[in-house]
Amino acid sequence: MTPSNRDDTVTKATAAIVGSGNIGTDLMYKLLRSDVIEPRWMIGIDPDSPGLKRAADHGLAATAEGVDWLLARERPDLVFEATSAYVHRENAPRYRELGIQAVDLTPAAIGPAVVPAVNLGEHLDAPNVSLITCGGQATIPMVYAVSRVVPVEYAEIVASVASPSAGPGTRANIDEFTKTTARGVETIGGAQRGKAIIILNPAEPPMLMQDTIFCAIPADADTGAIAASVRKIAAEVAAYVPGYRLRTEPQFDGPTPMSGGRARVAIFVEVEGAGDFLPPYSGNLDIMTAAATRVGEGFARRILAGRA
Amino acid sequence: MPYSADLDVRVTDSSLRDGSHAIRHQFTVEDVRSIVAALDDAGVPVIEVTHGDGLGGSSFNYGFSLVPDQDLIATAVATARQAKIAFLMLPGVGVTDDIRQAADNGASICRIATHCTEADISIQHFKVARSIGLETVGFLMMAHSQPPEVLAKQARIMADAGAQCVYVVDSAGSLIMDGVSDRIAALVAELGGDAQVGFHGHENLGLGVANSVMAVRAGARQIDGSTRRFGAGAGNTPVEAFAAVTERLGIKTGIDTLKIIDAAEETVAPVLTNPPALDRLSLTMGYAGVYSSFLKHAEIQARKYGVSGAEILIEAGRRKLVGGQEDQLIEIAVGLAQRRQGHRRGQRAGESERARG
Repeated sequence: MTPSNRDDTVTKATAAIVGSGNIGTDLMYKLLRSDVIEPRWMIGIDPDSPGLKRAADHGLAATAEGVDWLLARERPDLVFEATSAYVHRENAPRYRELGIQAVDLTPAAIGPAVVPAVNLGEHLDAPNVSLITCGGQATIPMVYAVSRVVPVEYAEIVASVASPSAGPGTRANIDEFTKTTARGVETIGGAQRGKAIIILNPAEPPMLMQDTIFCAIPADADTGAIAASVRKIAAEVAAYVPGYRLRTEPQFDGPTPMSGGRARVAIFVEVEGAGDFLPPYSGNLDIMTAAATRVGEGFARRILAGRA
Repeated sequence: MPYSADLDVRVTDSSLRDGSHAIRHQFTVEDVRSIVAALDDAGVPVIEVTHGDGLGGSSFNYGFSLVPDQDLIATAVATARQAKIAFLMLPGVGVTDDIRQAADNGASICRIATHCTEADISIQHFKVARSIGLETVGFLMMAHSQPPEVLAKQARIMADAGAQCVYVVDSAGSLIMDGVSDRIAALVAELGGDAQVGFHGHENLGLGVANSVMAVRAGARQIDGSTRRFGAGAGNTPVEAFAAVTERLGIKTGIDTLKIIDAAEETVAPVLTNPPALDRLSLTMGYAGVYSSFLKHAEIQARKYGVSGAEILIEAGRRKLVGGQEDQLIEIAVGLAQRRQGHRRGQRAGESERARG
């Protein structure tokens, strides 16, 4: 038997997952394993949502009556928003008024952008943080790994994802993905200028998420130091996204006309999902729920330390 | 009809877009000025000008443009007297802001390309393009990889989003005759009067002109080509040959055959320092169904890593890469080089090949 809820709040922060779709469901399985977060509520809007049924089966209070139901009677420590940018823009001010810290998995980009391996420590007190995009979570750590060694005047990321793992939200507004990711490459990655490209590949069986990160580097850059920095960050990301790995060593090229006269490093990563709920090929979704869990745990430790 | 009623088929010349691949995106303002002037004078109704991978394509992944695309578009618009200037964009590479800018620079036809199973990512871009008064064309790339009925459904998505014509795009130059007709016919049946149907061919199996004639006979009303085959892979359907063939067949394109033959010889050929050839690599692409734009990238990586370009392309085909995944060719080349090194080391150590796996 599990200890009573009252005891649990001393050792774990309580959390609501808003959005009972694929992402919310996958996130639930990760949070159920957490030492510091207790997922207690699953909030949906469709009574027939399989995610609500799964949540109820795992002992969460599951409702199809939306955020109104939650906020009228409960005060979670944390809320994870896995709805849409539009819905999160509506909900965010309400969480804030009630002092509930929000981890935003939508592209709403209301709070500061967070990539756990790079800047989580800077935003542990933020009322709302944004996880940018899946492509951003997979690639920004690498831009940062390079920019902490040499100045990066331009960085470009190419995210290839399996078609079945790109949902209708991404498809309807693919510009939002490229722009939000490019901004994160600049603000968190540390590149002066960023660009993002996304490619959907329908191959069967579905391909794993693969990302390539190109950074312009000075022609005389210390390539050994860059490669070491890249390997170190890869291990740090893999600590919370077990399926995150380098596909090969970083590749260096001198300047050519096609490279716009810039020397560059190319870094190749791949993300295999943990298969908690979503299939392993959808590493793009897994890295979002894994990052959300990591961020939520950072918040939770802070909250619990305040209570002790 | 977006073009004159006395033409049977409207030809778009893509030398200054698909040809961008063939010269690694190093077009100068003067190249654009001279080619547009010559094509315009020969009566080519539409000229496409953009980086080979569309607006926003100037990048590490695809190669940086020597001159910004928008400057080249403005040059083309200023040069053309009768021809309309078109541009290409791929959602995921370019953004709607790029479309607005190209319209501001005077381009009048927006061509939006997706892989042929991913048409729904283009909806937002078609809506913007139509809202600012651009004529629109949809591009279903790598059309050989899907059967006619799948393509027709994807074409419907584009037409409903605002595409006035949807192209069957044989990016790999892999379609053969009836394979073109069947796909064009399926799109014509699906779209009816809602949108025209077009065909964009490559020469990787030597069938550009023949496939384009098949397309016209199956109901296509827009055909792409590139003068002097100035395009990716073995190049595109040569416009001067298509003009000659259609004239002989009594199909009206509005292009002056003798003038386009002269333009190809005197204006386009001198710019093409390294003409596309039906050689080992481009033929391999047509044979294995690989995206034509991968050609130059495979050549570069083959040289850098000392591996076979054909092997890179065959592996790209095996992995079912789609247009835009040029980055993957580097990783493939690194893998091939490592395997070869491992193999050599194995031989030196006297191990059997079998033991190396």
